[in-house]
Amino acid sequence: MMQADTDPQALKQTGPRRSVGDLLRSGWVFWGGLFVVTWALSTYAFDIYKLLDARWIVRFPAAWQPDFEGAISGFMDWLLEDASLFGIQFREMTRAVAAMIEAPYDVVIGVLVEGLVIGQGRDAVQLLPPLSWVAVVVSVVALGHYTKSWALATLTGACFIYLAIFGQWESAMVTLSSVLIAVPLAAGGGLLLGIGAYRVRWIDLAMRPILDLMQTVPVFAYLVPILFMFGFGPVSALVATVIYAMPPMIRVTIVALRGVPEELAELGRMVGCTPRQQMWKVLVPSAKPTIMVGVNQVIMLSLNMVIIASMIGAGGLGYDVLTALRRLDIGGGIEAGIAIVVLAIALDRLSQEYATRTVTRIAAQSQGGFLRRHRWSLSILAVIALTYLGGIIWPWIQSYPASAEISTSAFWTRAMEYINVTYFDTLDAIKTVILQWFMLPVRKFFTGIPWAWGLIAVTLIGLRVGGWRLGLLVFCLAGLIILAGLWTPAMMTVYLCGVSVAIASTIGIPLGIFAAGNPTSNRVVGAFIDTLQTLPSFVYLIPVVMLFRVGDFSAMIAIVAYALAPAVRYAAHGIRNIDPQIVEAGIVSGCTQGQLMRRIKLPMIVPELLLGLNQTIMLALSMLVITALVGTRDLGQDVYIALTKADTGQGIVVGLAVAFIAIIADRILAASAHRMRRRLGMEQ
Amino acid sequence: MTQSSILLECRDLWKIYGHAPETFLKAHGGAPRAEDLRAAQMIGAVQAANVQIARGEIFVIMGLSGSGKSTLVRCLSRLIQPTAGELIFDGEEILGKTDKQLIEIRRKRMGMVFQHFALLPHLTVLQNAAFPLEVQGMDRATREARAREVIELVGLKGRENYYPAQLSGGQQQRVGIARSLAVEPDLWFLDEPFSALDPLIRREMQDEFLRLQGMLKKTIVFITHDFDEAIRLADRIAVMHDGRIVQIATPEELVLNPADDYVAEFTRYIPRAKVLTLGAIMRPGAAAEDAAGELSVRDRIETVADRIERADGPFNLRDDAGALIGHVRRQEVIDVLVGRSIGA
Repeated sequence: MMQADTDPQALKQTGPRRSVGDLLRSGWVFWGGLFVVTWALSTYAFDIYKLLDARWIVRFPAAWQPDFEGAISGFMDWLLEDASLFGIQFREMTRAVAAMIEAPYDVVIGVLVEGLVIGQGRDAVQLLPPLSWVAVVVSVVALGHYTKSWALATLTGACFIYLAIFGQWESAMVTLSSVLIAVPLAAGGGLLLGIGAYRVRWIDLAMRPILDLMQTVPVFAYLVPILFMFGFGPVSALVATVIYAMPPMIRVTIVALRGVPEELAELGRMVGCTPRQQMWKVLVPSAKPTIMVGVNQVIMLSLNMVIIASMIGAGGLGYDVLTALRRLDIGGGIEAGIAIVVLAIALDRLSQEYATRTVTRIAAQSQGGFLRRHRWSLSILAVIALTYLGGIIWPWIQSYPASAEISTSAFWTRAMEYINVTYFDTLDAIKTVILQWFMLPVRKFFTGIPWAWGLIAVTLIGLRVGGWRLGLLVFCLAGLIILAGLWTPAMMTVYLCGVSVAIASTIGIPLGIFAAGNPTSNRVVGAFIDTLQTLPSFVYLIPVVMLFRVGDFSAMIAIVAYALAPAVRYAAHGIRNIDPQIVEAGIVSGCTQGQLMRRIKLPMIVPELLLGLNQTIMLALSMLVITALVGTRDLGQDVYIALTKADTGQGIVVGLAVAFIAIIADRILAASAHRMRRRLGMEQ
Repeated sequence: MTQSSILLECRDLWKIYGHAPETFLKAHGGAPRAEDLRAAQMIGAVQAANVQIARGEIFVIMGLSGSGKSTLVRCLSRLIQPTAGELIFDGEEILGKTDKQLIEIRRKRMGMVFQHFALLPHLTVLQNAAFPLEVQGMDRATREARAREVIELVGLKGRENYYPAQLSGGQQQRVGIARSLAVEPDLWFLDEPFSALDPLIRREMQDEFLRLQGMLKKTIVFITHDFDEAIRLADRIAVMHDGRIVQIATPEELVLNPADDYVAEFTRYIPRAKVLTLGAIMRPGAAAEDAAGELSVRDRIETVADRIERADGPFNLRDDAGALIGHVRRQEVIDVLVGRSIGA
């Protein structure tokens, strides 16, 4: 035993080439050393500053900061006041865009919420009432059945009936209208841009960094310039939603087109397709199943953003939640939150099942004559006509009677009060312990790191895991954050994000391993995770604030809940993808269950876990910004403040800082995962 | 072969992958050696290929994976632009053709069957078969009528409204064949059409293919990695190895006179009786007097072995012109059947 321990040591010392470089290349020395130095500097930086009377050590001197924010604000002012292209003022262009979005939005709102109206204000005459709730419910039921089965039809129908009975109908329809406008724009635009990138190399090259950035810039950050350009209102919200939901569609389109088997592309050329025929008759239809997955994502992201965009004027359920949060109206918040969840589940199930419809189903539906093929659309039209006529006689058909609505608000308020009164001590104790013993020390560690050493440390990490290119990239990004004077809030962000990600991983990875164990656990955990991921991020804030009030701890819980899914998914995926022969080899060698896990499975899934960690960090950062609403003190809060002040410069600079943190984390983790996969021989 | 009997010909065709292949090829006088390619880290997928394909013949390109056969067929159909060389289709050089001209040639004169079928998943059997015609802008009634004809030809009548995912592999490839025949092509490319199928189905599809060819008499370029399949179907076989065509010959010539060890290795375990004709084992000269019967020199041993073995005397052999040119005895046939060395 002794020998085994000392042997490598001895070998090292007597080895022929043992230099400082070799020592640094050894993992333990590098990471251990880095941690010790960082810890020491973090703890004693303040004392050093006092001793040397050098304030620059702890605070980046304001005199060295270029005025990024002013420059950007100035540019935006110029853009809006003076800029013009081909003689058209920029302001006019934004107005044209706004008008193009507003027109269809008004129609949809008219159909679903307000009724079709001619004329303005007092002279307005209602031509048609909005679609009756009965007609909408029948439509979604029909859609559910058309897509998959009566089970799906029942689910979607129940969701919409819930909205009617519990008094959320009008808000939900406003939200749905925004989604209905945003989805075709984002999906169609994403498809076209994706096709462009697939066909033209320079579009691809130009778009890639933009997509990377878009994925990491927190949503609030681009709400600010949009607010500045389009003003407060539903149009701004729609623009933001389309911009937010489009990047994944572009990515999915590119991946889907590239994934079309080479043979199919060759077939198109062999039968003499023109480039246009090749794209629209061969490639796009063949890639459709994957593209539909992208559409599902667009729908869910649109819903998420429409809720968030209530801050810049989207009405509907998001606005209800926002006002409830501001008033600390517990019942109202939960009520609207549940309505969002219900709507999200209905939209997600419908679009997901539609994307994965089986061939036999499509085949069955395309048989028969006109009446048979269109029986569902025809019956929906009939129901719409009938409910319109019926609504004139019996008003309850037109709109769900207020007297029959059930409000759960009071119930929720009482329930929350009960929990808070009964379990206050317990909850408070949990909160205090975690804060005292975990979160605060970590916060002290991160916020104590002097900026100069922080810059050196991340650069060293970059150099080590990804070579000089990554080192340089990391150095520049971190340097820009420091130059903008955002080091301290950036470290607050890293702390909150780090703590949340650590907890999410501690919960998520074992859960994922458990889920991969057998089909039942897989189904249960899968359903749980699916639901978590469907929910718009806003919803997570509601119960957290109710139970733990505002502060870092609440933010942490919301972030953990939101960012849990990828940790679970990737762990489960990793375990399931281990070559069964390797596990069998372990069993044949006589491993116990524990040994199988520790010695074989865990080491094999580490690269997968790193990718999951990467995703977890991205989700955590995006949620972090939203938790600014519950009073954090990091970059997210700065963005939120910029939004409320409509300060474009600050919004963009701080938003980019968050994006930079995300990019640094992403690149470092991706490089480590890559290294590890190579070591395990999973990748060239 | 006369000039007019050749439908497709390539001369000194090269396809090189790597950095700036044209410059590289020029620098080596148009004929780099294997060492040159290796030194420059280039991959010579197809090297100096010369092929002449006659009208109405089944020309099989045979090689293992990585031998360059797929690249060669893609060069011949111009799915890939060759690095250098000439490609003459029906007397016309087509390497210089514009995309537009190529589209026209492909729409009317070429058909291709793919290894993994390449059926469009969102179209029914009927729509898939009609797809090449749809692309040409043919009206729906005409193209579907034509598609029904080819579907019936490949024996899928009654399944016109199925989707590819509802068919078995063999059926899917029948659709692929039907589709490639819909435009009545002059030149028919088949890229390992039966490799993805189970052995039994493969056999069945080969018979089906021979039946179709018996009716249609197309000019065929058939790719395979299966030597059994090659000798079963081919009029002539081109054997490829490391990007070069090592030998072009009839199956019988390949077995009798392999150009090098590589080809010899391939042909070693091939049952001779399947490939050789009586001409290859006959004793030339005068007719035998105690002959039990007469046969043609063109007969494959496999098909007449039973008769020769059962008869007591030798068989006289006639060539195509009808002249008696030799005879064959039971012993020679048995030698072939049990695999003793022959000929020499």
